[in-house]
Amino acid sequence: MPGRQQTYDVLVAGGGNAALCAAITARQAGASVLLVESAPKAFRGGNSRHTRNLRAMHEQPNAVLTDAYTEDEYWDDLLRVTGGNTDEALARMTIRASSGVFGWMKQAGVRFQPSLSGTLNLGRTNAFFLGGGKALVNAYYLTAERLGVEILYDSEVISLNLDDGVVRSVDITYRGFPEAVQARCVVASSGGFQANLDWMREYWGDAVDNFVIRGSPYNRGRVLKNLLGQGVAAIGDPTQCHAVALDARAPKFDGGITTRLDSVPYSVVVNRDGDRFYDEGEDVWPKRYAIWGRLIAQQPGQIAYSICDARAFPLFMPSVFPAIKADTLEELAVKLKLDPAKIRATIDSFNAAVKPGQTFDNLKLDGSATAGLTPNKTNWAREVDKPPFYGYPLRPGITFTYLGVRVNDKAQVLMANGQPAGNLYASGEIMAGNILGKGYLAGFGMTIGTVFGRIAGQEAARRARN
Amino acid sequence: MHETEAVARARRDIEICNACRYCEGFCAVFPAIELRREFSAGDISYLANLCHNCRGCFYACQYAPPHEWGVNVPAALAEVRAESYAEYAWPRPLASAFARNGTLLSLAAALGIALVLALSILTNGAGGFFATRGSFYDIIPLWAMQATGIATFGFSLLALAMGARNFWRDAGPRGRIGPGSVAIALRDVLTLKNLGGGGNGCNDNSEAFSMRRRWLHHAMFYGFLLCFAATTTGFVYHTFLNWAAPYPLLSAPVVLGTGGGLLMVAGTIGLLAMKFVDDPVPNVRRLLGGDIALLMLLALIAATGLVLLAVRATGAMGPAMAVHLGFILAFFLVLPYSKMVHGIYRSAAVLRRATERTMKPLGGE
Repeated sequence: MPGRQQTYDVLVAGGGNAALCAAITARQAGASVLLVESAPKAFRGGNSRHTRNLRAMHEQPNAVLTDAYTEDEYWDDLLRVTGGNTDEALARMTIRASSGVFGWMKQAGVRFQPSLSGTLNLGRTNAFFLGGGKALVNAYYLTAERLGVEILYDSEVISLNLDDGVVRSVDITYRGFPEAVQARCVVASSGGFQANLDWMREYWGDAVDNFVIRGSPYNRGRVLKNLLGQGVAAIGDPTQCHAVALDARAPKFDGGITTRLDSVPYSVVVNRDGDRFYDEGEDVWPKRYAIWGRLIAQQPGQIAYSICDARAFPLFMPSVFPAIKADTLEELAVKLKLDPAKIRATIDSFNAAVKPGQTFDNLKLDGSATAGLTPNKTNWAREVDKPPFYGYPLRPGITFTYLGVRVNDKAQVLMANGQPAGNLYASGEIMAGNILGKGYLAGFGMTIGTVFGRIAGQEAARRARN
Repeated sequence: MHETEAVARARRDIEICNACRYCEGFCAVFPAIELRREFSAGDISYLANLCHNCRGCFYACQYAPPHEWGVNVPAALAEVRAESYAEYAWPRPLASAFARNGTLLSLAAALGIALVLALSILTNGAGGFFATRGSFYDIIPLWAMQATGIATFGFSLLALAMGARNFWRDAGPRGRIGPGSVAIALRDVLTLKNLGGGGNGCNDNSEAFSMRRRWLHHAMFYGFLLCFAATTTGFVYHTFLNWAAPYPLLSAPVVLGTGGGLLMVAGTIGLLAMKFVDDPVPNVRRLLGGDIALLMLLALIAATGLVLLAVRATGAMGPAMAVHLGFILAFFLVLPYSKMVHGIYRSAAVLRRATERTMKPLGGE
């Protein structure tokens, strides 16, 4: 196997936000750095290219964030979404560090949108990248190149050869050809495994054939599997993934943000058999969209259909695909390839169950409900009877997986015996399960990637240079 | 605006943008998209003319080629923009002038020079044409210059005004235009705010931002205005103050003209050079000819004006002036049938955007 001549101080596996933060930080600390990105240049950046913002603690308004978002409030939010499936020390460290990342990010070329209070509900808690995640990734790559980080595209880390808790050598493929690389330290920032359908199949069976992967097709979890096979401590439930409801017409991979659909709270949602299966109006959509992926994954054929009428149609953000539209419910059912008589019956019984005399208000939990249905709709229930009728097919869309490697507060990867590996660090999605063991908090993945990327880069450079 | 393939293509891209909205911080186009869910052909033309082609959105787009959706907003809108120039052209039959615009501009320039040269030689005789003269008007009488200028430029202004009216009806402001909107639009036009990628500049040929194009356009535009001011001052001196040319080096017409000419040369040459290094993907290749011809014409007007100033006391003044005026004549003739119309339509689009600034986006986070 041919090898690269140079022994690098730091090898970074991956090419998204966490990898770039680690590579740039290590290079700034004087280390020689090789970054190995499995995607071609056009699709570099992993899932980071589909992100949009970063959740950051702050005590007072600044150029990119309104109001204040304190450590305790941030922690409470995290505690709520994870149901306690987190590590308080690591989480609080990450939260505190999030307030101090802007200066470094701006220096590294990242640009932010000015805080727009009012137009974006997240304007208080989340800083928005100008142009989104791909613009951020572009900026980091420019900076990395300028600083002299060596970047390999179309190249993948195949194995980090661990011996006694130390990575002795690294096997990669460089544009399809195998190579051995020597590195004093390694940072694993290669994401989760949601794009590895065979691995997903182990937990979900053939249902994965009906899943849509929202992000990069390059997140195959190769490094994660390699490490877990060599006695590295695992964290996070391997069977779990973050799944949302998406427009079923989305491409299998890389559909990103535009395939999301916010129609559910104002619709009646049925499965393939034309039956309702869950309370569409349980809570506001930002708090519920993440459970709908799983709900649909549990339906026959992993598909559902959101049906609404002309009154409900203007109330939600459309997906990129046009709504399927018809003047009668029967016609709509035919277009959706559902049984027209069954859809008619389901909608009729829904309409009959809507309690009379309620005031509909789409801007709050309005309590407009049905009575006597299983399940009932508990908010925004209103007769579906004003043509034209609109329908969207829905599928589970997988954002990320929770399984990862265990780390400590220096971003060192821990072995199964609890001891830190000698020269192996991790940042980003591959270790996010330490802090976000369950649920989802918008922009928190980028926070974890940035904070741990920088710690990993710093620690790896320090160790390699000593 | 007619429904065309380019309009349909742009609409498809824009509907993807409307479901994404990541680029809303770059320029006025994206906030304008967010106000709508349906886009008429006129709306697409409005957005196309609002786009300043900074290309920030192309490099930031996760759906840009080679993604299977191949979103390319700058190119899609440039196609529509080009079609809109023909669509709004007046009189209608001259719309075809936009089809081979580079050739047309080049031919007009050649004809303009030939015409002025021939006439000047005919009226002055070969000896007089090459004689050392004090005043430009000895070669071509002021009345002749004025008559030609008023006739050609006057017609061009009329054609531009009719084009503006056509744009206005199809894609112009929908609501009331208050003084606040006018002030904001004027500021955005004069500062080229939307050529700024959210204040960071354009993406010329990579992910890196640069203010190059904005500064070069400013040099060209304000240089042009200074030259215009120089000519006007000269006219006023001569006609109303009875102060005959030639004017001393430190007089207003010479200072304004020299400064303006140098700025125009720098701006146009810089912008020309950028045409050769720009990333071709977020651009439309067939529009390059017209763009380059117009930049060349403006560069040559400025350069020949500077040459004329330099040789005005020599026997070369006659030919230098004939060439300079030939280019200006060509410019006046092709003005409404060149990329120059972008200034009118884009300003109108910016004004429409200013009138919509308080409208709320539909849907969203």
